[in-house]
Amino acid sequence: MRPAGRAETDSLYFDYPHFDAPKERSHLDAPAPVAIVGAGPVGMTAALALARDGIASVIFDAKSTFNDGSRAICVARQSYYILERLGAVAPFLEKSLGWTTGRSFYRGQQILEFRMPDSPREKYRPMYNIEQQYIEQYLWDAIEREPLIEARWQSEVTAIDDLADAVRLTVRDPNGSYDISADWVLAADGARSTLRKMRGLKLKGENYEGRYVIADVQMDHDYPTIRRALFDPDCRRGGTVLVHKQPDNIWRIDYQLREGENETDAIAEENVRTSVAAVLADLGFTGDWELEWWSVYSANTLALDDYRDGRTFFIGDSAHIVPIFGVRGLNNGLADAQNIAWKLARVIKGQAAEVLLDSYTPERRGATLDVFANASKSARFMTPPTPGWQLMRNAALNLSLTHPFAGELANPRQMTPYTYADSPIVLPDDPGFDGGPVPGAPLPEARVGDGYLSDCLGPGFTLITFDPGLAETVADSDLATVVLQPGSEVAEVLAAGLGSAYLVRPDGHVASRWTRPSSALVCEALNRSLGKDRK
Amino acid sequence: MTPGEVETVYEALALNLDAVGATRRELFLAKLALLLSYDLGDADRVCLRIEEAARNIDH
Repeated sequence: MRPAGRAETDSLYFDYPHFDAPKERSHLDAPAPVAIVGAGPVGMTAALALARDGIASVIFDAKSTFNDGSRAICVARQSYYILERLGAVAPFLEKSLGWTTGRSFYRGQQILEFRMPDSPREKYRPMYNIEQQYIEQYLWDAIEREPLIEARWQSEVTAIDDLADAVRLTVRDPNGSYDISADWVLAADGARSTLRKMRGLKLKGENYEGRYVIADVQMDHDYPTIRRALFDPDCRRGGTVLVHKQPDNIWRIDYQLREGENETDAIAEENVRTSVAAVLADLGFTGDWELEWWSVYSANTLALDDYRDGRTFFIGDSAHIVPIFGVRGLNNGLADAQNIAWKLARVIKGQAAEVLLDSYTPERRGATLDVFANASKSARFMTPPTPGWQLMRNAALNLSLTHPFAGELANPRQMTPYTYADSPIVLPDDPGFDGGPVPGAPLPEARVGDGYLSDCLGPGFTLITFDPGLAETVADSDLATVVLQPGSEVAEVLAAGLGSAYLVRPDGHVASRWTRPSSALVCEALNRSLGKDRK
Repeated sequence: MTPGEVETVYEALALNLDAVGATRRELFLAKLALLLSYDLGDADRVCLRIEEAARNIDH
């Protein structure tokens, strides 16, 4: 919502583009390899990731512009790697604000300062703040440079039907209605996914009691990019407030509604203004500020049982809704998009068996359940669900004023990259390793020469070896080989001895690793990673 | 701990439970439980004691 007199997309700092419905109609019903429903950050990422692997797609969105308001603002390190592989990271780095530190306060007194893992060997910071409009704009800029992607705006999917070896979508736009068949469909149409409803699927899980108003204000506030959490502050006794800095002097204020506080009243403009003013007074800010946009949300942990339904895959919020405290909504959605894209591309090109697609749900739903576990802990602290949780939360906060150990309970534990431990395409670990990333884990970063390990990875799979002999014996068109120095920083990070090797997937997760590899083992792992061992 | 020491703790608790007042007793006890647990440094033992303390609570 925006202040009275301003349209939904009338922003203080961002000019929303306007997209017309397709004017040229003759090709609209031509079959597409992949149809993507929803041109938000997740749908656009999927389209770009497919295009990177040479697969064309058509992307539909019912709106005529980007999503209103800044919504998701925290983009995690892992997501920057995804953006990098899409060739889209440069504008993000230029615009966003990187951060590592969070501070928690109880009744005005600081009780905790935490730092997320970061070091000189890391290429990207643990977290970046950037408004969602820019996320969408920069992805859109990349899509406009990409001939393999056709975007159709103001185009609403009104029906979805399974055919023998394809899916038929019925699409309506202001100029008419048509059917289009696609070999595969990616449903990226958000939390209120119409595709999910049309397929008769339901999200399952829990709703938490806590409701928050999120408001963006523009102000000249002198404070570094540090996440602030205010517990039981003067401005909102019994509640919690979160404060994040964004580019363009925009500040995100999240404040918890009191139990029984009427939601309709709470989101009335004058009440939002009063509440925000009280928060700013608590922060010691006395200058002018302008209200940009606001919304309301409650903390949920909801997911589909299966992210795949025949030839339709659910990616992002259509498949799972997570509490925002873990800042994993958008980040997990981007990882969903990347995960299904590299698999689908290889199935379409005949490089992988179709069974590979069945690894999408266990990997990505597993990541969601992991977020649920962490986010549920955060949610219980931010918005205790029962008197028992409430009492212990208050005891921990009260004790933290004199004993810092109790303040650690206020650590939101964001940013733990997920390991695909239960994936059908991840191989068991080699017990010979003492440390380093296990199969299924994301490849850690390390410095290599003037650059980083991630810079050495190929466009598909990569074999990392410290033995030039092994590299010479393995050849596959989808496999790049990197020979690195034993005893180097990389070798240390990977706990790699002279003969060790790692096979890394296109999404940067470790597929397998060996202390004594051979070309036969590498080929076997590559086949497993492509589902070709289970044809 | 001698019976005399247990009594010292018993009295200090009683006096402080009255001093903090009816509306703050629960909070006070929860803080104290966290603090003593931290000092004890043995989560398993604390969880066992939590279980024991919950027994016979309606007796």
